[in-house]
This record gives sequence, C-alpha cells and structure tokens, in this order.
Amino acid sequence: MNIVVLVKQVPDSGADRNLRNDDNTVDRGSANNVINEMDEYAIEEALKIKEAHGGEVTILTMGPDRAAESIRKALSMGPDKAVHVLDDALHGSCAVATSKVLAAALGQLGADLVICGAESTDGRVQVMPHMIAERLGVAALTGARKLTVDGATLTVERQTEEGYEVVTASTPAVVSVWDTINEPRYPSFKGIMAAKKKPVQTLSLADLGVAADEVGFDGATSAVVEHTKRPPRSGGAKITDEGEGGVKLVEFLATEKFV
Amino acid sequence: MSEVLVVVEATKEFGVKKVTLEMLTLARELGTPSAVVLGGAGAAEALSGKLGEYGAEKIYAAEGDEIDGYLVAPKATVLAELVRRVQPAAVLLASAQEGKEIAARLAVKLDNGILTDVVGLAADGTATQIAFAGSTIVKSKVTKGLPLVTVRPNSVTPAPAAATPAIEQLSVSVTDTDKLAKVVERVAEQKGSRPELTEAGVVVSGGRGVGNADNFKLVEELADLLGGAVGASRAAVDSGFYPHQFQVGQTGKTVSPQLYVALGISGAIQHRAGMQTSKTIVAVNKDGEAPIFELADFGVVGDLFKVVPQAAEEIRKRK
Repeated sequence: MNIVVLVKQVPDSGADRNLRNDDNTVDRGSANNVINEMDEYAIEEALKIKEAHGGEVTILTMGPDRAAESIRKALSMGPDKAVHVLDDALHGSCAVATSKVLAAALGQLGADLVICGAESTDGRVQVMPHMIAERLGVAALTGARKLTVDGATLTVERQTEEGYEVVTASTPAVVSVWDTINEPRYPSFKGIMAAKKKPVQTLSLADLGVAADEVGFDGATSAVVEHTKRPPRSGGAKITDEGEGGVKLVEFLATEKFV
Repeated sequence: MSEVLVVVEATKEFGVKKVTLEMLTLARELGTPSAVVLGGAGAAEALSGKLGEYGAEKIYAAEGDEIDGYLVAPKATVLAELVRRVQPAAVLLASAQEGKEIAARLAVKLDNGILTDVVGLAADGTATQIAFAGSTIVKSKVTKGLPLVTVRPNSVTPAPAAATPAIEQLSVSVTDTDKLAKVVERVAEQKGSRPELTEAGVVVSGGRGVGNADNFKLVEELADLLGGAVGASRAAVDSGFYPHQFQVGQTGKTVSPQLYVALGISGAIQHRAGMQTSKTIVAVNKDGEAPIFELADFGVVGDLFKVVPQAAEEIRKRK
C-alpha cells in the first residue's frame, strides 16, 4: 500500500507563540519549531500498516526551508522518503489554497492512503483532511482512535460527543488520527543515521501545475486584519487549607453566585 | 434583510444544542436567521419549536439515511446547493468536529474563505478569534465569498426571539462520491444527565492528583452539585482515570465556561490551552507552586480529598 503522511512543522506549543506584526502570519522565525505532535501518531500508524501489509511510506510537507529539519526528524522514525513542497509564493496561504497544493502533490504521488493528524497545534482548524478529500473525490475518515486495514477496506472507530462511531470506506482515502490511536516510537540511532540518506524530493508550484496567484497572499480567501495579545490572567486569592478550605471555597463560589 | 444560514447542531439526547441558540442569536445581528437541519428523518419537525423560540424565521431540512448514514460529505453537498440558491449574507456552523468538517467541504466547493473558532462576528463580517491557547485575539475576515464561519460554543449569550418557522424540505441530490464514508454503527456512551462538556456553564476537572479512576467519583459529585460537566487533564486521561472524550486541553476539548474548577491539576500549558478563557477559575492543589494558581481567581493549597468533600458538604447545607 502506498501511504502518504502529511506532516506540518509548527511552533512549539510549549513556548510563547505569536503572529508576526508585519504580515499577520504565524511567526516561525522566533519560535522553536517542531513536528506537529498529532502528526507523529499519523507516522506511527502508517509504519504499523506498512509492517503488517507491506508498501511504502512517504512524508509530505508544505513549508519554508526550515521545515526540512522536521522532515528529517519524521524520516528518522522509519518512513521511506519525503516530498517537500517549497516555494516562496506559498507564504501567506490560507487553508483553502493549502488544500489545493497538497491535493496536487497527492495526485502526483498516487497515494492509496493519506494519513494525517486530526489537527495542528498552531491553527487547530481541523479542516485539511476534508478539504483534500473533497478535491481528490475520495473518502475522509476523520478523528480515528482505531484504524483497521483489510485489503482495500478501511474501518475507523471515531470518538463522537455521544460515544463513538464505526465508519468504513475503500481506498483511496484520507484518514486523520487523534493521539489516542497509538504510542509513537522514538527514532533509534540507526533510524536517525538512515534518515540522512533517505530521498527528499523538492517540488515547486510549477512542478505541481499550481499558479502562484492561486496561493499566498494573492490567492488567500481570508485575511487577518489585526491581532493583539490577550492580557495574561493574574492569580487571585490563594489560601492554604487549615481545615476550612472547602468551606472557604464554597464561600467564594457563593459570592460569585455559583452556589 | 438577507438570510443568514445557521446549520443546526443537535443530539438525540439533548435536542438542539446551546451553540445553535448562540448562532441564531448572532445571526439576528447580521440578517434574518434561517435554520438548516441536516439529519435523520423527522429531525426538523422535532427541533422546530426550539429553533423558533430563538428566532429562526425559516427551517430548511434535508433528512434521512442519504444524509445521516455517511460522514459529512452529503451534508456539504446539500448545503452548497442551498447557498447557491438563496445567496445568504453569511453561513454559521458550530466549531465542533462536524461543523468544521462540513464548512471545510463547503469552502472548497464554493472556493470560499473559512474562519473557525469564532467568538464574535460584526455586521461587516469581521470575526474575532482566539488563537494560540487563548493568548492572542485575532480579527479576521473572509476576503473571497461570503462569511463562512464556525462559532465556538459559549461565545454568545443566547437570547430568545419568538418566530414561527415554516419547514421547507430540500430535495436531496447527493452523489456516489458523497457516500464513500459509510457509518456502520453508532454507539452511545454518554451517561447521566450532565451537560455536554464544551457547552456547560460549569466544568469541574480532575488531574493526576485525583490518583485513580475510582476517585473521579469525587470530581463527578462536585460537578453534579454545581450542575456542571466533568473534565479531565491529559495526565488523568493518559493514566486511564477518565475517558478521552472528556479531556480538556491542547489535544482535547477547548472549554470556556462561567466557572472552571481544577482539582489536582498542575496547570501545564497543554491543559491551560483548553481552559484559560474560562470566566472564573478555581483550583485545589496540594502544591502551592503549581502554575494553575497563576490563573486561578481563587485557589486552595491543600489535599483535595479533604477540601472537596468538605466543599460538597457545604454546598448541600446551603441548598
């Protein structure tokens, strides 16, 4: 099975994150950049499927030069190769345009199965799997906590607010996964060394047949007008329980009219 | 005034969800709200009373297995047809998994911009969003097409405005491509009468400090006394204390209740990401240096196994 895993490089969610003041895009220059955490679960799932059913695992990333670091990191977990969509004109692209570019790349790669994280920690928008599936005319099984592959049949168990659903589709398809699906492996020393030699193909917009004015700021379908930092919360009263902590807590709740 | 389409979020258990009433309230600022019900047979009829109470002037319905038996693709197809026909001033959906997914497909079908996790929407289409774990306020606009936005629960106070909507059944013309992801089973797990986590006015959450799954009864008891929902930190979920669907934080749900009670939660950034826009925050933790106290409006440094039962007893006394 030809599996492609979508990997996004994001600013570390454990550090202070900002939008840039000059063009309102995510500041990727000052922050520590890492693989989007949920994507590691997608890579793990792809590797497990390859181990059980054979095939090839390809990493697909759209991002600036420095995303190459995350691609090597992803490859060190075990995938066979990677494709980096790299083009200066992509800076400022909205989700709709991003899905156009990724769908074009996936079309060229001829994936049977596309696996991605359910959301990225920077935007948390969750729209990419369905946008890509819509463009490719394939099924999207989103938010998987369990994925079973039986020949060309995929079965996914997904959490819902009322419980869970079991959903099926045939390949080709897009599957997005939550962090409940598996436990991602750590790259081994051997894996890290091997990753340095794995092929990484760079594709430009011209290679994909996407015009520059369909992406970036020119092709954006939405725009950030302004952004401000929310004032940080300041802690209020803090008491130490000396036998009356519960009562004092309820007294506070009563003054705030919650009791 | 032109129509504003509100795609209804409802569940079998709770009926029309509160976020739907919030969207109807928001829609009235922008135009004339029309509710769109995409669901099982008879859904629109069952929901029409509540939708009318909050100002839906009209209800569009597409119902049955063709719509409900698959993941969101058929819903997006029907909605796209409706948008092309009525040319609404805006389309509002809930910022939950299904709402975002329908919106995603609609955006591609119409080549239209999309804004998610919106907490406010001005008449000129400028949306307010909260980004980066609640640390940044963003104003943004759709620059191509109509305002297509998903609204985060607990953003607007729902206000009633009586209307008596007529139901228009939409002809369903879904394609084979829309029916590729088939739902073969739906299993209900939610137990009891607690409000849904993202919509609850009060959320009581437990963390690693709760110690084990059995002790979560203490968290549930306090939640029930306050009429709230139960949440859990990632540490508690990863340790198997409580199911994943109740996880609050970066890789779980984002909540923004009137009151958030954190029990035995240290307040790692992963957790704060999901709760720091709560109006009032209260914390109980035995570690006085825990970062959760930096956010808490009222904090108790102490043993939650002493503080919480005493608080529960005190609430019962006052009732």
